[in-house]
Amino acid sequence: MADFEPKIIAFCCNWCSYAGADGAGVARLQMPTNFRIIRTMCSARVDPEHVLRSLAKGADGVIVLGCHPADCHYIGGNYRARRRIALLKMVLDQYGFDPKRLKLEWVSASEGEKFQITITSFVNDIKALGPTPLKEVE
Amino acid sequence: MTKSALVIGGGIAGIQASLDMADRDIHVYLVERDATIGGVMCRLDKTFPTNDCSACILSPKMADCNGHPNVDVLSYSEVIKVEGKAGDFKVTVRKKPRYVKMDECTGCGICIEKCPVKKIPDEYEYGLTNRRAIYIPHAQAVPRVAVIDPVHCRKIINDKCGLCEKACGKGAINYADKEEIVTLEVGSIICATGFNGWDAKLSTEYGYGRFANVVTALEFERMMCASGPSGGHIVCPSDESDPKRIAFIQCCGSRSSKKGSKKYCSSVCCMYATKQAIITKEHADVDEDIFFMDIRSYGKEFESYIRRAEDQYKIKMHRSSRVACIEEDANTKKLTVSYTDAKGDPQAGEYDLVVLSIGLNPPDGAEEFAKILGIELNEYGFCATKVSDPLSTSREGIFVTGAFAAPKDIPTSVAEASGAAGKAGAYIVGKDFVPCAPKVFPPEKETIGKEPRVGVWVCSCGINIGGVVDVDKVTEYAKSLPNVVYTSKSMYACAQDCLEEISREIKEQDLNRVVVAACTPRTHEPLFRNACREGGLNQYLFNMANIRDQCSWIHTQEPEKATIKSKDLLRMTVAKSLLLEPLQGSKIPVTGVAAVIGGGIAGMSTALDIAAQGFPVHLVERSERLGGSFSKYIGVNYSVDGVNLGEFVSDLIKKVESNKMITVHKNAKVKDIPGYVGNFKLQLDTKEYPVGVVVLAVGASEYKPTEYNYGKDGKVMTLTEAEIAAGSGKFTGKDIAFMQCIGSRNEKTNYCSRTCCANALTNAIAIKEADPNANISLFHKDVRTYGFREELYNKAASLGVRFLRYDPGSEPVYDGSSMKAYDTVLGADVEVPVDRVILSCGITPDREEKEELAKMLKVPISKDGFYFEAHQKLRPVDFATEGVFVVGLAHWPKFMDESIAQAAGAAARALTIVSKQELTSEGITASVYDDYCDGCGICMGCCDYNAIEIVSDGAGGLKSHVNPGLCKGCGCCVAACPVSAMEQKGFKNVQIQAEIDACLDMKGGA
Repeated sequence: MADFEPKIIAFCCNWCSYAGADGAGVARLQMPTNFRIIRTMCSARVDPEHVLRSLAKGADGVIVLGCHPADCHYIGGNYRARRRIALLKMVLDQYGFDPKRLKLEWVSASEGEKFQITITSFVNDIKALGPTPLKEVE
Repeated sequence: MTKSALVIGGGIAGIQASLDMADRDIHVYLVERDATIGGVMCRLDKTFPTNDCSACILSPKMADCNGHPNVDVLSYSEVIKVEGKAGDFKVTVRKKPRYVKMDECTGCGICIEKCPVKKIPDEYEYGLTNRRAIYIPHAQAVPRVAVIDPVHCRKIINDKCGLCEKACGKGAINYADKEEIVTLEVGSIICATGFNGWDAKLSTEYGYGRFANVVTALEFERMMCASGPSGGHIVCPSDESDPKRIAFIQCCGSRSSKKGSKKYCSSVCCMYATKQAIITKEHADVDEDIFFMDIRSYGKEFESYIRRAEDQYKIKMHRSSRVACIEEDANTKKLTVSYTDAKGDPQAGEYDLVVLSIGLNPPDGAEEFAKILGIELNEYGFCATKVSDPLSTSREGIFVTGAFAAPKDIPTSVAEASGAAGKAGAYIVGKDFVPCAPKVFPPEKETIGKEPRVGVWVCSCGINIGGVVDVDKVTEYAKSLPNVVYTSKSMYACAQDCLEEISREIKEQDLNRVVVAACTPRTHEPLFRNACREGGLNQYLFNMANIRDQCSWIHTQEPEKATIKSKDLLRMTVAKSLLLEPLQGSKIPVTGVAAVIGGGIAGMSTALDIAAQGFPVHLVERSERLGGSFSKYIGVNYSVDGVNLGEFVSDLIKKVESNKMITVHKNAKVKDIPGYVGNFKLQLDTKEYPVGVVVLAVGASEYKPTEYNYGKDGKVMTLTEAEIAAGSGKFTGKDIAFMQCIGSRNEKTNYCSRTCCANALTNAIAIKEADPNANISLFHKDVRTYGFREELYNKAASLGVRFLRYDPGSEPVYDGSSMKAYDTVLGADVEVPVDRVILSCGITPDREEKEELAKMLKVPISKDGFYFEAHQKLRPVDFATEGVFVVGLAHWPKFMDESIAQAAGAAARALTIVSKQELTSEGITASVYDDYCDGCGICMGCCDYNAIEIVSDGAGGLKSHVNPGLCKGCGCCVAACPVSAMEQKGFKNVQIQAEIDACLDMKGGA
């Protein structure tokens, strides 16, 4: 497993976490390359189906990043994201899929360092879990 | 000719004022002394009482302002001369040399890395860290352009070095830059020059500057901030250890007659210190003590914030404690804080870190600035204003907003900024006003139903991307992607030559999609979208891959993996672009009429401010007379701050009733207000009026007391009754007790009513001046005479008014002839004989009436019963529901001058809508597939903007309908829809799925 390089999809909201990722760049904070960001306007735009599709297509992990509670650019979208992801993790668990492959975290526009730490630790968590059991047979 | 407006000062107040005018198609010059706009707010970590991230909420406004076609930001510039008169000023501005060409610099920062001069204290970080001789003020700087400090640059000092010039791939460095003098012709001017933090070195007892671990609150704010010098990790400056005990010392430089200090209260320090203590506690295991005289939490939701600090975060509040001195242990660098406790006994405590809550002083150079502008300052050195006209300076056509007029918090500054924008705008939008013309682009080409033809530009950004990512390989790879017909590698994609290339190739190659792989869409998407529009392509057919900020900059050590990642990101971006559709914001017609509900001071002021700019207003008052709670002063000779309230309100009523633009509806009840922004229907008892905006100015009431035998004992009266008695010459009393916080700050009502302390003291002073032998005692929990009203406290005390402080829960007891209480300052029981008891009654929100209107307009009410604005900090008079505004006591208790300033703000916000023929909505709104929708209403329940209605589908069923005028494009409803009947334009399910699929196509992980 030493050379396992996970594929991770990171959904970032436009106003806080995507800006936080940019902030990490501006501060030149280094982190693993294993993730790809998909930008949505709000974390509440992330449909559970997007997460399931990512996992079904072979993503080893999915992380959804939004504004901190009370900081949502759209009043309360992050609260809805929080509920949806919590529910989705229960569903994943019930189907025997490790819910640790899905994570929700808050990163503000000024938290480049938190972005770095969050991504790095999630990559490490997924490395510890190993490749997704849904890996397509090639 | 179109006249412009001038805003001086680019902090939050100046930014808001500029945006409000620009949104009315007025051209604005924004002059900022520093190299970046953003002022003090952009240096703050979080903001009270919501703990919002300051950068998160301010950065979009900074970018909006800088990118607004109607705003010219003149950063690093100063006003040096103002000639002419209102409506026709000629202003001379000095643009300081930056030594970096604004148009060429991309803000990449390579020059900074090369600069050998390293040890210059960084002003932006208050000297906590160092910067170089060439620098960008901070990560969120706007404009993001480097600047050379000529005092330290070796090339400029003695022609040695020149490394930055060699490093800059754009040739943006210009050592020969000279200052430039420009003349601006403007109709009106807004001063928003802000404040300066008090210089803590002026009081030696705090040891600031001598002791390493004594820091100011502004320095501490940077220490807390994730983008600050210690990355948000709070450490003791002496040895970078984690502090275990932190002391916050209030009133540093405020509320003191000592040399170097200011007599006034700085209004915001109690709250910001509590915020700092709470946030610190959230991040670290520390003991925190706050030393203060009175805690002044008089604003919206402030009181509960303080309670939370005490009860939940266990922050220790040392009341009535003035710190005598701070001493340092020379070895451990620990600090001993000596103070007198609430009982007057000397105490001492040891701390690792001491934070000085420094006050707000007039901005640097205020006196010279006032001379240049020809405006007067008040006795404290702030801009002089009048209570009846709080936004005007002493010179016609020049207005003031924000902390330059008095120490104040962000929401008050923002509301005032809008107000000043409205007032200043009135000097420009006269008969011959020509609005700024919108930029005209060539007609857009037809793209629907055509095979996508994608053009891809890959940017090297000098060596920012190219130094890590193999840009040639990525460009080559782009050619292999489906539907890509044109590729180009560019050194700087944002440079004018590349932008022109994009516009040209759209035509020559018949491109109908454009993809740029470069930096971040957050800063550069508008630029590339414009290039697409220049080429005749709908701007929503542009898409961007972020291969700099989110790739080359964060994977510097892994060039191969970064190159693979860049390819992946490009593949995802192209995949989504194939499915993009041309979008247009919908046009919403606007009725150029305003409705103001409530005919008190706030409502009348709002109506007059809107009418003054030529728009009709319906002013609805439920009672038989205008004037609101102030109408009781009519015919009474009672003055506050030199203003006779009765005359003032009568005069205001006359102005309203004689104004031809204002239709007053008295004895009128609002039946309903259906509709949406630009198109409301104001339904009164018999008639319906179309209006574009609704301003809620329904006020609040004085609490009706039951305490102290009120109503049964003739000696007991309310403060208002006392004022009216005094104004009619009928006030009697020799031994007088003022009872504060009646109906405020108790179990039932746990907020502070803000105005009672100052109002009681105004009366106490008047009584004492008329009869020096009167014995006046004021029973209180805290005295909250914030800002310049502190003078009332000082004056009352010097006239011999006795202040007796009791603890909540042990309220004074009245037996009909004397008042008994335990005075916590004396530490003893006191008994005062009384023949007159005056109850300082708080303000109650009249929740029922507010709820009726709230239901009609779908606007929220806070837990305290006042209307709840869209954003407590930055949208203080707006509701989340577009086109509805709140002003005056309906929003929160406040003084008359604050209501008038806020009214001007609400009027200006309303004018940004009613002054338009039509509004253009977001392009990326939600929409409904009628065939799939079964009208379940889940989408409606999750829309925070009330943009969704469930309507009849015309066939006996229900369906969802999205009002594009209200939709903000978050996409929350789309993810919520159980049957996939909702879509978000620009972020459709298929588009996001295409990105997911393209991402996971990657061969082996990168």
